[in-house]
Amino acid sequence: MVCKMEHDQIEDMDTEVLHSMWPEDVGPDVSKQFNVENPGGDQDMLEEVTIVEEPSIVDFKRLLELTNYTDQGSSQLAYLVKHWEYKQATAVRLLREELDILSKQRQEVELKKLEILEEHRFEEESNGCDKRPVSILEDVYDIYEDVPRRKKDAVVQSKRVEIAAEYGTIVYWKQRALHSEKLLEAGTQREQALQEKLQESIKNLERQSSPVEELSQILKRADNFLHFVLRNAPVVIGHQDKELRYCFIYNHFPSLQEEDILGKTDMEIFTGPGVKESQEFKKEVLDKGKPAKREIKFDTELFGSKTFLIYVEPVFSKAGETIGINYMGMDVTDQVRKREKMMKVREEIAVQRAKETEMNKTIHITEETMRAKQMLATMSHEIRSPLAGVVSMADILSNTILDREQRQLLNVMISSGDLVLQLINDILDLSKVESGVMRLEATKFRPREVVQHVLQTAAASLQKILTLEGHVADDVPIEVIGDVLRIRQILTNLISNAVKFTHEGKVGIKLYLVPEPPFAKEGSQSTPNIPQEENSSLTLQLSSDEKGLSGQNHDECPCQIHLLSDSSMDGDKEEQHESTETTVWIRCDVYDSGIGIPENGLPTIFKKYMQVSVDHARKYGGTGLGLAICKQLVELMGGRLTVTSRVHNGSTFTFILPYKVSSTSDNSDDPDELLDMADHDAATDDITAGFFQFHPSNLGSLFSSNGSTRTQQLSSNNIGYNSSNNLNGFSEDSYSFPSDDVRPKETALLEDASSTVEVAETISEPESSFSSSQHTNNENVVCRGKEIKDDGENHVKISSTDPGSHSESSREMGLMAKTREPPGSCQSTASSSPEEKSKLKPKILLVEDDKINIMVTQAMMKQLGHTIDVVNNGVEAVRAVQCHTYDLILMDVCMPVMDGLQATRLIRSFEETGSWDSAVKAGIEQSVLSSDSIQQSKGSIPSTRRMPIIAMTANALSESEDECFANGMDSFVSKPVTFQKLKECLGQYLT
Amino acid sequence: MAGVAQLQRQLVEYRHSLFDEGILGDYFKQLEQLQDESGPDFVIQVATSFNNDSENHLHKLTEALEQESVDFEKVVYHVLKLKGSSSCMGAHKVSEICTTFHNFCKEKNIEKCKKCLEQVKDERSLLKGKLETLFEASK
Repeated sequence: MVCKMEHDQIEDMDTEVLHSMWPEDVGPDVSKQFNVENPGGDQDMLEEVTIVEEPSIVDFKRLLELTNYTDQGSSQLAYLVKHWEYKQATAVRLLREELDILSKQRQEVELKKLEILEEHRFEEESNGCDKRPVSILEDVYDIYEDVPRRKKDAVVQSKRVEIAAEYGTIVYWKQRALHSEKLLEAGTQREQALQEKLQESIKNLERQSSPVEELSQILKRADNFLHFVLRNAPVVIGHQDKELRYCFIYNHFPSLQEEDILGKTDMEIFTGPGVKESQEFKKEVLDKGKPAKREIKFDTELFGSKTFLIYVEPVFSKAGETIGINYMGMDVTDQVRKREKMMKVREEIAVQRAKETEMNKTIHITEETMRAKQMLATMSHEIRSPLAGVVSMADILSNTILDREQRQLLNVMISSGDLVLQLINDILDLSKVESGVMRLEATKFRPREVVQHVLQTAAASLQKILTLEGHVADDVPIEVIGDVLRIRQILTNLISNAVKFTHEGKVGIKLYLVPEPPFAKEGSQSTPNIPQEENSSLTLQLSSDEKGLSGQNHDECPCQIHLLSDSSMDGDKEEQHESTETTVWIRCDVYDSGIGIPENGLPTIFKKYMQVSVDHARKYGGTGLGLAICKQLVELMGGRLTVTSRVHNGSTFTFILPYKVSSTSDNSDDPDELLDMADHDAATDDITAGFFQFHPSNLGSLFSSNGSTRTQQLSSNNIGYNSSNNLNGFSEDSYSFPSDDVRPKETALLEDASSTVEVAETISEPESSFSSSQHTNNENVVCRGKEIKDDGENHVKISSTDPGSHSESSREMGLMAKTREPPGSCQSTASSSPEEKSKLKPKILLVEDDKINIMVTQAMMKQLGHTIDVVNNGVEAVRAVQCHTYDLILMDVCMPVMDGLQATRLIRSFEETGSWDSAVKAGIEQSVLSSDSIQQSKGSIPSTRRMPIIAMTANALSESEDECFANGMDSFVSKPVTFQKLKECLGQYLT
Repeated sequence: MAGVAQLQRQLVEYRHSLFDEGILGDYFKQLEQLQDESGPDFVIQVATSFNNDSENHLHKLTEALEQESVDFEKVVYHVLKLKGSSSCMGAHKVSEICTTFHNFCKEKNIEKCKKCLEQVKDERSLLKGKLETLFEASK
C-alpha cells in the first residue's frame, strides 16, 4: 500500500491528476483491498509485529456516529454483517449435512431391524407349517409396536435360546441372537454418539461469537494492518467535521497531544504560511463536494518549512449532505525540492538554448550584414558605373557640334539618365547611412552661399511662377564647419520637394541661430561625427579654397600665410584651433505655400517609399526616398528634422543641426576676405547678405528634372541671373571642373587654358624659384636652404624640356614617363607660380604602373582640361611629393616596388611630422630636386597641407576600401575609372 | 560607294556583336570617345598596350601557379593588375573572369585558379583576334 501510494505521488508530481489514494468506496468488493480473510497465517505474522497504537487518536463516540450515519460507515458495517452471515450460513449448512447423514444412518438401521424381524417371522412361520403355526410369541404378535416388542423380542429371543437349547437347533439360533444383539448395541451406541455430537454442535453454535464481536475483530485486524502498513509512512490521515474540526488524526510523528488536536481546526492548531491555504482548500472541497488534491507549502513553528501533498475527500451522510472531510497529507518536501531543482536545471537549459539560438541568429545576421556590405560595394560598382558611363558619354557628346534637334534629344537623354543616377545614388545613400558606412566630412563652408546656391539651382529649373527666397539671420556665422555636401543635399531635396508641391506663392529657406536643443544634450558626445584632428588642416585647405571662389588669389594668400605663421610660429596650430572652437546650433526652416500635408500623412512622411497618398505619387511622381534620406542624414549629423503643415496653406520642414565654428580662422579670414572682396566686383554682398530672392527666369526651358543637379548646372550657363557673374562661378565650382570656375568668363575653350599655362610656366618658373628662397625656413621643412641652388639649376633644365613637349602630347609622355624620367627626379608638367593665373590650374599626380590606365586617365584628364604628372610606383610617388605639392593624388593601390598604401602612409607621415624620416627608413633617399616646394613655400600653399589622396583599385570590395581609409587615403575609386567618377573626384577635391 | 556603305554596316554589326557577346564592355565606348584628332590611334595604342601588358601578366601568373608553393600574394597582384587594365580597356569578359580568379585566390584554390588562368588566356587571345579584325576593318 505504501509502495503504491508513493508511486502515485511520483506520477502526480508531473500530472496532478486527481484521484484518490485511498479506496474510494468501501463496498462489498473491498475484500480485494482488505486482505484479512485468511486470519490464520496473517495472524501469526502480525503477532510478531508490535504495533504501536499510540499515534492514532480517536474520538470513538464520533466514529460510532460516523458508522451509523455515513454511507461509508454503513456500507462497511453492511459488509461486515454480510461476512458474518455468510460464515453462519456455512456453519448451518455443515450441520444440516451432518444431520442428513445421521438420519440416513438411522433409516438404514431401522431397515435392517425390519429385515431381521421379518426373517425372524419367516422362521416362525416355517416352523408353524410343520406343526400348528402357533408362535410362542402369539399373544404379542404385533410387530408394529416398536419399542415394547423389541423388549419382548429380547425376552422372546432369550426364551427361544432356551427353547433352542431344548430343541437341538438352539445353538444356531443362540448365535444369531447374540449377533443381532451386538448389532443392536452398536446401533444404539452410535445413536447416542450422534446425539451427543448434535448436542455439542448446538452448544458450539451457541458458544460462537456474536456479530459485534466478529466485527470488532475484523476491524481490529484491519486496523492492525493499517498500522503495520502506515508504520513508517510520512503521512497524516485525518477526519474533520463540517466545521473542519479534527475528529480523528493519525500522525506518525505526533507532536501534539490528543486534546490539542481533536475538536480544533487547522487554524487553531498551527500558524504560519500555508495553514490558511489548506484550511481554505478543505472548505472548498467541502463546498464543492468533490475530492481534490493540492500541494501546499507550510512554514509553521511546529514542523518548519515543509511541503505537503494533501488529498481531501468529502464525506456524505446517507441523505447526501456533506458532514465532513477525510484528509490525507504526505510530506513531499524532498520531492518538491528535487522537482524545483529539476525545473531550475531545465530552465537553465532552456535559457542556454535560447542564448545559443540568439547567438546563432547574431552570427547569421552578422554574416548577412557582411554579405550586404559586399553587395553594396558590388552594387555601387556594377550599377552606378555603367550608368555613369552612359551619362558621361552623353555629356561628352553634348560638347560636340550638334544640331538643335540632336541637342534636345541629348538633353532628354542626359536628364533622364541623371534621374536614374540620382535614384540609384539615393538608394545607395540610404543603405549607406543605414549600414553605417556613410562617412561625414568636416569642411568649412558659408551657409549663406549654400542657401543662395540651392535657391539658385532651384530657380534655374523652375517652371512655375514662384518666388524663391532665403533669409539668413545676422547672427549666423559667416563660416561654419560641417559636411557641406550632405547639408546641401538635404536643402536641395527639401527645396525641390517644396517646389514640386507648390503651385503658386513662395518657397523659402530661413536660417537662424538657436540655443542648444534639448535632444542634443542627452547624447551630445556622440552627435558630432566630425573628426577633430582634421580641423586644422581643413581650415588651411579651405582658406586656400576660398580664394578660388573669390577668383583673386595671389594677393590674399601670402597675407593669410603670414597671419597663420604669426599666430603659430611655435607650431601648435592645432591647439589654438581647438581651443577657440565652439558649436552653434542653426535652425533651418524650409517653407512653402503649397498643398500641405494632411494630418494623417505626417507620421509616414519620413518613411521610405512612402508618400502622402497614391494620388500624390501619380500626380507628382517621385520615389518617396527623398525625405527618408534627409531625415537619416540630419540624424546622422546629430540633428533633428521635423515638419509642420496645414493643408492648402503649405508646409515647413525644419532641421536643426550643430556646426562647429572656428573663430581663429574667422579672424584670419574675414578681414582678408573683406579686403579682397572690396577689390572684386559685387563680392562684398555675398558674404554677409542675409536675404536672397529669385524669380523664375527660364520658364522656356524644355528640360528639367527635379533633384537632378546636373541639369540645373548645365542650364545655369545659359541663364542670366539678377545676381553677379560671381554667383555663376559659385554654382559651377561644386559640380564641375575647377578650371571653369577659376575663370568663369573663359569657360569655353579648354585648349586655350592649357596653352596659357604653358607660356606662363616658362616665363615664371626660374624667377619664382629663386625669389622664394628667403621664405623657406619659415614654413617649409622640406626645402633646406642648401638645396635651393641645385634645385634652381635642375629645374631650369627640366622646365626647358618638359612643358614644351608636354601640353601637346601629354599622353605620349605618360607612356614614356619611365624612360624619360631620371631616377629620383620629378616629372613636372604644370607647375604653378603665384604670380600667374596658371597657378590656379590644379596639380594632379597619377601614381599608376599600368600603361593602359595611364593612357586612359591621361586622355580623360586632357578632355577635362587637366594635365597630370605620372609616376609608376610608390617610391616614385614619394619622390614626386618631395619635389612638388599636389592638389590631388590619384594612387593605384597595387603597384610594384612600393604599393599605394605604403606610399600614402609615408606621405601622411611627412605631412604630420614635416620630415621624410620614415621615407628614408623605407629606403627612399631625399630627392635633390625640390624646386616646386620652394615655390610653394613662398607661394600659396604651405607644405604641411594635407594632400587629397584618392585610391584607385580594381578590388571593389569594402574591405579594401576600409584598408585605403585606414592608410590615410581620402577617397576611393574603383576601376575602371569613368569620366563621371573622375569628375566627381575633381569636383570634390579641387574646388 | 555602295560597297563601302555595306562594309561599314558590317563593321558596325561586328562591333555590336562584340558588345552583345560581352567580350567588350561599355567602357570600350568611353575609350573610343577619348580618341580625338590629337591622338587618332588612341584606341589601337591602348589595345596594343593591353595586349603586351596582359601577355606579361599571364606569363607571370603561369609561372607563379606552377611553383610548388604558390605565392598567392604575387598571383593576386597580377590578377588585380590584369583586372584593372582589362576593365580600363573595356575588355569586359577578361575583367569578369579576373574577378572570379581573385575570389579563388582568396580561397587559395590552386586548381580553380589554374582553370581561371586558362579561361583568361583563351578570352584574351579571342579578344586579341577580334580587336585585330575590328581595327583592320576600321582602317
